[in-house]
Amino acid sequence: MSVSSDTLEQMFKQPSLLKRLGWFDWLWAALTAVGTIYAHTYYVDLMDAYEVGILYGTAISLIWLGWAWKPTRQLSLVIAMLSLFAIGLYGDDLARGETGFFLKFLLSSQSAIMWMSALYVMATFAYFFGMFARSDFSNRVGSALTWSATAMGFTGLMVRWRESYLISHDVGHIPVSNLYEVFILFAVITALMYLFYEGRYKNRQLGGFVLTVISAAVAFLLWYAFARGAHEIQPLVPALQSYWMKIHVPANFVGYGGFALAAMVAIPMLVRIYAGSQNARTVFWASSGVMGVVVFGYQLLKAGTATGIDVSVALNAVLSGLIAFVLVAVALWALSRERVLTTLPPNELIEDVMYKAIALGFAFFTVATVLGAMWAAEAWGGYWSWDPKETWALIVWLNYAAWLHLRLAKGWRGRPLAWWSIVGLFITLFAFIGVNMFLSGLHSYGSL
Amino acid sequence: MSFVRLKHLNIINRGRAELNDKTLPVRTRRGTGAIALEFLGSMNLAITLLVVIAIASVIGTVLQQNEPYTNYVMKFGPFWFEVFKALGLFDIYGAPWFLLLLGFLLISTSICVWRNTPHILHDMRQFRLDVQDKSLQSFHLKSEWHTAYGTGDAAMRAEALLGARGYRLRKREQEGHVTVAAMRGSAGRLGYILSHLSIVVICLGGLIDGNLPLKLQELRGELRAETRDIPVSEVPAESILGTDNHSFRGSISIPEGASVNVVYLQLRDGYLVQQLPFAIELEQFRVEHYPTGMPKSFESDLVIHDDDLEQPLRQTIKVNHPLIYKGYAIYQSSFGDGGSGLKMRAWSLDLPHQEPLELASNVNRFLRLNTTRGERTLEFTDFKLYNIFPADEGDTSGKKFHNYGPSMVFKLRNPAGEALEYINYMLPVELQGRRFFMSGLRSTPSEEYRYLYIPSDDAGTPQRFMRVLAAAHDAAHVRRIVEMQIGDTLGADAASRDVRNTMIDSISRLVALFVEQGIDGVVKHAEASIAAEQRQDAINSYVNVLQGVLGALYIDVLRDEGVNLEQGVREEDSLFFDDTLNTLSMLGAYGSPFYLQLSEFEHIEASGLQIARSPGKDIVYLGCAMLMVGIFMMFYMHQRRVWVRLTQCDGGARLLLAGSGHRNRMEFEHEFHALQVELEQAVPRSTDVT
Repeated sequence: MSVSSDTLEQMFKQPSLLKRLGWFDWLWAALTAVGTIYAHTYYVDLMDAYEVGILYGTAISLIWLGWAWKPTRQLSLVIAMLSLFAIGLYGDDLARGETGFFLKFLLSSQSAIMWMSALYVMATFAYFFGMFARSDFSNRVGSALTWSATAMGFTGLMVRWRESYLISHDVGHIPVSNLYEVFILFAVITALMYLFYEGRYKNRQLGGFVLTVISAAVAFLLWYAFARGAHEIQPLVPALQSYWMKIHVPANFVGYGGFALAAMVAIPMLVRIYAGSQNARTVFWASSGVMGVVVFGYQLLKAGTATGIDVSVALNAVLSGLIAFVLVAVALWALSRERVLTTLPPNELIEDVMYKAIALGFAFFTVATVLGAMWAAEAWGGYWSWDPKETWALIVWLNYAAWLHLRLAKGWRGRPLAWWSIVGLFITLFAFIGVNMFLSGLHSYGSL
Repeated sequence: MSFVRLKHLNIINRGRAELNDKTLPVRTRRGTGAIALEFLGSMNLAITLLVVIAIASVIGTVLQQNEPYTNYVMKFGPFWFEVFKALGLFDIYGAPWFLLLLGFLLISTSICVWRNTPHILHDMRQFRLDVQDKSLQSFHLKSEWHTAYGTGDAAMRAEALLGARGYRLRKREQEGHVTVAAMRGSAGRLGYILSHLSIVVICLGGLIDGNLPLKLQELRGELRAETRDIPVSEVPAESILGTDNHSFRGSISIPEGASVNVVYLQLRDGYLVQQLPFAIELEQFRVEHYPTGMPKSFESDLVIHDDDLEQPLRQTIKVNHPLIYKGYAIYQSSFGDGGSGLKMRAWSLDLPHQEPLELASNVNRFLRLNTTRGERTLEFTDFKLYNIFPADEGDTSGKKFHNYGPSMVFKLRNPAGEALEYINYMLPVELQGRRFFMSGLRSTPSEEYRYLYIPSDDAGTPQRFMRVLAAAHDAAHVRRIVEMQIGDTLGADAASRDVRNTMIDSISRLVALFVEQGIDGVVKHAEASIAAEQRQDAINSYVNVLQGVLGALYIDVLRDEGVNLEQGVREEDSLFFDDTLNTLSMLGAYGSPFYLQLSEFEHIEASGLQIARSPGKDIVYLGCAMLMVGIFMMFYMHQRRVWVRLTQCDGGARLLLAGSGHRNRMEFEHEFHALQVELEQAVPRSTDVT
C-alpha cells in the first residue's frame, strides 16, 4: 500500500492554467495578438510610447480576461467583427452613416447605442418578469439581452472612435471624453460586472435590480442626446489630449460600476430582510406609503416650480402618488413573504456579491484616483489641488474605505451595510455627475 | 448566524485580530499612555475619522475656496464672514483643525500598522501545528471520517494532495497522532501592511510638499502675505521667499518677449513672491483653434537663462507636456493678454459735433480723462483677437460659427470708485444685413453684457450716427425743425402764438429729454406727469412726435452728406434711421460719456505658467504604488489554512479535516468542499472501522 510521495504528487497534480487552455483559447489569444500588432504597425504614427504601452497592456489584460472568464472571448470577437464590419462599410466617408443600410439602422455608433439602450431596457423587463413569474426562461432571455446590449454598446464605442477620426484627424479621440460617452461606458461596464457575478453564482435573480440602474443611465443618455444634442462628437480641449485619459477614465468606471452594482443588490437584500422580519406588515405599508408620498412630492415640486400650484397640478400629484402607492403595494404583495424568501437569492450570496463588487470597485477606484493624480501633476502642475472633482473622489474613497473597515474589521453584516452601500451610490453619483452640474472646477469638461 | 461563525474564526484564527481591537489582550492596570494609545489605534476612531474627513471635505467643494475676501463679505455679510473666516472655511484644506484631523488619521493608521505588523509577520510563518483536536472540532468547515489507512500513509496522501494544490505544509507526529498543517496565500496578509503603511507614506510626502513651513514662518511673523497690487521691485522683503524654499506651487503670467525670475504663491487673500534661480523668457505664445472656435492647443516657446547653462535652453511647452528643469516643473496653465497696444477714437456722446479724440494705451494700463461728466479712469483689462460664436439660428451664410473679430474690454471708473465694464468690438458686426458697432456693458462681472448697437455707415464708421446725434443735440436746429413742422396750423393771434410757442418749447424739451435719457427718460416723465389711463396714449404720441422731429433732422444730415434725395429716401437709409432711433432710445442707459472705437492694435499675448517644486512627489507616488499593490493583494490573495489531523484507532485512523479562510469565506467554502472530495478519494472512507 505504501507508495512514494513523488508518485502521489504526480497523482494529484492538476494541469497548470496554460495546459488547461483549449484550442479556442489559443485561437482567441492569437487573434487578439494579431489585431494588436496590426494596430501597432498601422497606427504607430498616431501613438506615443505610452500609448503603445497601453495598447499592449490592454491586449495582455484582454487575453488574460478571456482565459479567466471564458464568455468574454466570444463577446470580444463579436464586438471586433461588428466594429470591423462597420468600419469597412464607412470607408473614408462619414456620410455613409446616413446612407448605408447597415450603418444607418444597426452599426453607426448612434444606431448601435440606440440598440444597446433598447436591449438593456428589454433585459430589465425580462429579468423582472422572470422574477415575478418565476420563469427561468424569461431570466435566460434577460441574460441573452444583456449580453447583446453589452456587445452593441461596445461596438457603438468602437465605431464612434473611428467616426471621430473620419470627421477630421485632429478631432479623433477615444470616446471616453465627455459625459455622454462615459455614460455608455458606465452601462456596459456595470452590465459586464453583473454578468460575471451572474455566471459565477449561477443565479439570475439579481438581474432586474442591477439592470434598473443601467436603464436609468440609458434614460439619462437618451435625454442627454435628444434634448441636448450631446451625441455630437466634439474635439478634445487641450487638457484632455493625453494618454492618461485612456487609462484614468475606464479605471474610474470600473469603480463606479462596482459601487452601483453593490447598491443595487442591496435592495433585494433589504427586501428579504424586511420580508423576513417580525413587522413585515408595517414595512409593507410603510414602503408603499413612502413611495406614494415621494412621487406625490416630486410631481408637486416639479410642476409647482414650473407653473405654480393649481387644482390640476395638485390633482395630478395626488393621482401619481396614489398610482405609485398602488404599484408598490401590488408589487410587494405579488412578491409575498414566502415568494421573496424563496425567489430572491439568500442574503449570504447577495452579501458576498456586494462585498466583491465594492472590493473590486474600491481597488479600481484607487487606481483611477492615483492615475488621476499623476495626470493632474502633468497637466495642472500638482498631483493634488483640492479641486471639487478630486475632493469628491476622496470623499467616495473614504466612504467605501469606512464600509470595508466596518465589514472586514468590525465584522458588520446585513442591514446597516446594505443601507450604507445604497447611500454610497448617491455619494458616488454626486461625484460622478453632481460635481459637474453644481460645482465649478478644473474638471469643467463633463458639464451638462 | 454569520456573527457566531465569525466569532469562532476570531478565536481560532487570530489573524482576524490584525484590524480588530477587540481581541487585544486587556491588561488589568494600565497607564494613561496605554489608554491613549489604545484609543488612538482603535478601529472606532479610524472609521469615525474616515467619515468626518469625508464630511469636512464636502464643505470645501460647496464653498468656493481662496477667493478674494471681498467676495465672501458680499456673499455672507460681515458677521458670517468673520465666523467663517475664524473657522478657516475659506481655506479649509489648510485650516488647522482640518490638518489636525488628517494628523489624527495619520497617527491612528501608524499605530494600527505598528501594532499589527509583528503579529501579521508572525502569523504568515506560523503553521499552528499545536492545534488541539477540540478546537478543530469547533470549526465551521470540518469533516471527519474513518479510513483504513494508517496515520502515516494517510498523512502522506493528504500531504501530497495539499502540496499539489499549492499549500505549504508542516507535519508533526506524536504518539497516536499525526497533524498536517497547511497554509496558502499568506502573502496576501502583506497587503494589509502595504496598504496601511502607504497612507502614512502618502501623508508624509504630502507634508513635504504642503505649505506648512510657510504657515509656521507666517505664525512666527517672519513672513507676511502681500495684498497690494504692486510691482515685484516694491514688494517688501518679508513677502519674498528665496531659492532655498524646497516646495511651492505658484503661477506667473509672462507677456511675449518678456522674461521673469519669480513666481507668485497665493496665500489666502494675498500672495508671496518666490524667487527662481533662473530666468524664463517667453518668445512666443500660440493658440490654435478647431473650426468650431474651441481651442485646440496652447503652446509657449520658452527660453531658460541660467548661468549654469552654456547656452540658453530652448523648449516649447504645452498642456500635458511640461518642462522640468533643475527639479522645477514648468507647466502651461493659462493664457491672457500681455499688454496689447490699443489705439482708439473716443466719440463724445455729449458733444457729438466734436471730432473724435485719439487715444492710445495698453491692456493692463489705464488713462485718466476729463470728460463732460467729470473725471473718469479708463482701465484696459483685456483684448481678444478672435471672438467665435455659434451662428444664430436662421443664419443663411451656411457657416456654423461666426468670428466677430477683435474686441477689447475696459472699465470706466468714476471718482467714487464705481466702475462699469465695457466690451467693444472693433469691426462692425453684421446683423440682419445691416452692420453695427457692438458695445456691451455691465456693472458686475456676474452679469451678462447688455449690448448697444451703433449703426455703421457705408464707410464702416460711426460718423453718420454721430452726425444725427449732433443734430439732435443742436437745440437751435431742433427748434427750427419743430417750428417748421408745426408750421402755421394755428392762428396768427396772440393766444395762438402763445400756444404755438408753448408747443415748440415742450416738443424741444421732449427731444432734449429723449437725447439725454433715452426712452426711459420719456417714460419716466410721462409717469410723473400724466394720469395712468392716458399714459400709454401719451407715450405713443410722444414717440410719434420724436420720430417726426428726428426724421426731419436725419433728412438734413443726409442732405448735408450730399445724398441724393430726389427719389425719396433709400430703403437702407430708412432702416439706418430706425436703427439710429433704437440706439438713441438706449443711449441714456449706456453710462459712458463717449463711445470708444478701437482703431488699431498690436497684439501681445501672455502665457500663464504654473511653476512647482515638489520634492515629496516621488514619496507620494511610492505610497500610491504601495497602496494599489496592497489593496489588490488584500482583496485577491487570501490566506487560508487547512489541517488534517489523524488519530490512530483500530483498523486504521480517524481523519479530521478542518479549514479556515481569512476573508472571502464563500469562496473558501467551495475550495474546502472540493478539497474534501479529493481527500476522500485519496484517503477513502471505510465503514467497517469503529
